[in-house]
Amino acid sequence: MKQTRTVEIVTGFFIILGFIALYVIATRATNIRAYGDSNGYNVTASFTNVGGLKVRAPVTMSGVAVGRVTDIRLDPKSFNAIVTIQVNGAYREIPDDTTASILTSGLLGEQYIGLSPGGSDTFLKQGSQITYTQSAIVLENLIGKFLSSGKATSGGK
Amino acid sequence: MRLLREAYYIVLEFLEMLGACVLFLMRLIRLIPQSLLRPRLIFQQIFSVGGMSLVLIMVSGLFIGMVLGLQGYNTLNKFAATSALGTLVVLSLLRELGPVVTALLFAGRAGTALTSEIGLMRATEQIAGMEMMAVDPVRRIVVPRFLAGVISMPLLVGIFNAIGILGGFLVGVGLMKVDIGAFWSQIHSTVDLHEDFMSGVLKSFVFGIATTLIAVFEGYYAQPTAEGVSRATTRTVVNSALAVLALDYLLTAFMF
Repeated sequence: MKQTRTVEIVTGFFIILGFIALYVIATRATNIRAYGDSNGYNVTASFTNVGGLKVRAPVTMSGVAVGRVTDIRLDPKSFNAIVTIQVNGAYREIPDDTTASILTSGLLGEQYIGLSPGGSDTFLKQGSQITYTQSAIVLENLIGKFLSSGKATSGGK
Repeated sequence: MRLLREAYYIVLEFLEMLGACVLFLMRLIRLIPQSLLRPRLIFQQIFSVGGMSLVLIMVSGLFIGMVLGLQGYNTLNKFAATSALGTLVVLSLLRELGPVVTALLFAGRAGTALTSEIGLMRATEQIAGMEMMAVDPVRRIVVPRFLAGVISMPLLVGIFNAIGILGGFLVGVGLMKVDIGAFWSQIHSTVDLHEDFMSGVLKSFVFGIATTLIAVFEGYYAQPTAEGVSRATTRTVVNSALAVLALDYLLTAFMF
């Protein structure tokens, strides 16, 4: 009788411990907070070049994360990239003339979207589009421009 | 010519074993609903399969996490990227090391026990005795053990991962003085719930099915002699390890 009780207690302990471990990992060691914000709203922005921007990249304003990139598609007509951003429900009053630019954290870091607020009295809402955008800076193009301008100046001398 | 013939027989033998294993799995799956009516048998087996492996899994998880923390720190330090240590530890545990190492340990600890237990039952004619009493030995002995293994494996992997992360955290933050905020914030921003965590759980589930199936299969079809049982036990470890590593490659290729 005592034997079976020990067996039962250890079994129960093992199962509970296993589920606790899985739960703790899922909630504490993953990006679970990026999911399931049902309160948020979606806005889109069109860029001529998104560079290395990825889905689930953070969207920040003044360095504070306010949302995430949920989708990146190509517009079949204009051939621009359409980026869908989910903004947290806590930030409802973002002016609709806000500028969205694709930035890089550090020299080789991940790319993210930075929002700089405009001065409009009307706010972004579900489905609205951010009209002012600044595309990603592609390092190769920049170097190319730098090299060709260097040639031009030395040639002019 | 002789070499070719031998290769032919090896391939044939492998196919035969694979086929027999899959057929056995079908038989087990058909009997699962009936054996769910007696959950007590399953719980008892969860104790001997999962509960008894608990300490081994926890200690190995701790050490693997600590080694990851140490090695990761030394390498990342060269690139001044020690803030990514948490990501390195968690990703390598969740995606690869957790499921694979737990499955290998599980095969060594619980798989061998299952094989030799069932094999000895056959050798001492307990299985034949059950058949005489019109009790299906597969339903009564094999299915509860199989279910217990399949249930235990993801839980063991979860425990292994949790303790491993703790070990990496202790070494990284406690010993090497990596910034605690950077450690966790990097984890929160990089480790994906679906892509990394869920696929790891799926892996552990598949490994659980594979290792337990091989263990009960080898035990049930062991030659009913002392030598036969010992051979079956060896085969369990070897085949489980090979199956886990091969499946790991396949699943990784499919999922990531």
